[in-house]
Amino acid sequence: MARIYLDHAAALPVDYRVFEFAKPYLTTLHGNPSSLHSVGVEAKQAVEESRQKIAKFIHAENESTIIFTGSATEANNLAVKGTALRNITSGKTVVASAIEHMSVLNPMKELQKNGFSFTTIPVDSTGIVDLNKLEDMLTKTTTLTSVMYANNEIGTVEPIREISNIVREKGMYLHVDAVAAAGRIPIDVQKDGIDLLTLSSNDLYGPQGAGALYVKPGVRLQSVLLGGGQERGLRSGTENVFAIAGMGEAARIVQEEITQESSRLIPIRDTLINEILKIEQSYLTGHPTQRLPHHASFRFSSIEGESILLNMDMYDIQVSTGSACSSKTLEPSHVLLAIGLKHEEAHGSMVLTLGRSTTMDNVEPVSKATYETVQRLRKLSPLDQEWRK
Amino acid sequence: MANVGYSKKVMEHFMNPRNVGVIENPDGYGKVGNPVCGDVMEIFIKIKDEKITDIKFRTFGCGSAIATSSMVTELAKGKHVDEAVRITRGDVANELDGLPPQKMHCSNLAADALHEAIKDYKNRKQKK
Repeated sequence: MARIYLDHAAALPVDYRVFEFAKPYLTTLHGNPSSLHSVGVEAKQAVEESRQKIAKFIHAENESTIIFTGSATEANNLAVKGTALRNITSGKTVVASAIEHMSVLNPMKELQKNGFSFTTIPVDSTGIVDLNKLEDMLTKTTTLTSVMYANNEIGTVEPIREISNIVREKGMYLHVDAVAAAGRIPIDVQKDGIDLLTLSSNDLYGPQGAGALYVKPGVRLQSVLLGGGQERGLRSGTENVFAIAGMGEAARIVQEEITQESSRLIPIRDTLINEILKIEQSYLTGHPTQRLPHHASFRFSSIEGESILLNMDMYDIQVSTGSACSSKTLEPSHVLLAIGLKHEEAHGSMVLTLGRSTTMDNVEPVSKATYETVQRLRKLSPLDQEWRK
Repeated sequence: MANVGYSKKVMEHFMNPRNVGVIENPDGYGKVGNPVCGDVMEIFIKIKDEKITDIKFRTFGCGSAIATSSMVTELAKGKHVDEAVRITRGDVANELDGLPPQKMHCSNLAADALHEAIKDYKNRKQKK
């Protein structure tokens, strides 16, 4: 049986067109963009061309709003710590939704240890941020509010425009982690009212090793990585020209194909969801309609997610889980707990993220493998009898 | 294929666990773990002349939780209870060619479940 890879939220293959485009920057066009000679200038041009493509991709004001980093984690760290520390005279309060990525939550926790106030905005059972609570929480001393465009574990798309209206009125800067959403749904930082936005190269089918932070003109930010002063002094370190050039080209291609690709994936996603929910005691996690086009996430009672992942892999189907046992911290996913699941419920999750390789023909074998996996693990489980009673 | 740092033997026991199920009217029963933590194991034993003649388990948990349960039933089957009670978590992990370090504690409760079942057997015997 052919491999069916459904873990596109974890890692994507690099688009072969992107690879062909960027390959020379590993070999023949190997210059350092900071060098003034012609080899350096060629590399510099590649970085600047990519900056323009990224700016266009998110409808930014101009290309100088884009700061390249080594990863999305680094961009999130720069957004959080860079704004909080630079704007300390305006206030020492930061807030984030309870379902943010760890690369937003952990820098905020670190700020908290250093005297900042940090609170999380609750979400409802579908993962949508509680707008009333947000409105109550924000003050003019809240220098940064961070809410992701869409969540990677439950696929829920947040009402970013409503959120940005609230932040503009009550708080200061809005940072949006768009790693899961970018390339799946259109993003317009100006219309959306976003001050800082995080992007990842690989999530656009670009090479790993590049991320970007959009910084709206006028937003005050300081560097968290000091050195030679690259990227307007905001991110020192020699640019990864191959990854950056690839990221720009990946964004250009993804943008061209976004409408076609999402209308191709949505029916596959919906058929998959319908088929899998036929399994007894199975539930969709996240929002039923405000959902990323490539995202289908579930939980099953009485069984555990790492076992689900390993069992699915025996069918050569790769999935993901928010189970504690598959994480480094051995804690169940904070996202699943934030939408109100009990620990024992959060253990039994399975996340499917579709991509360019996914077809409607995959639905049948994936649903069948899921059904058989759930049956087998429930037969092993002492908890199984409990819901049958 | 699957590789989360599990040995071939762990995967083999995960895919084809031995002695799965329930024994009606067991001579000893042990249950450890908690669904909140993500691991629950139960072991049923049947004893004749102080020897474990039959043993069955059911487990809710990750790959290593299932594999260690399967392995402990194999190790205990046919053994004298006083010998079986000396089977340790370390023995189970060794027989599986090792477990990833983060799994040594949380998902290696199978020996504990066996010990509980033997304790239960001894308690029942005393009451007779």
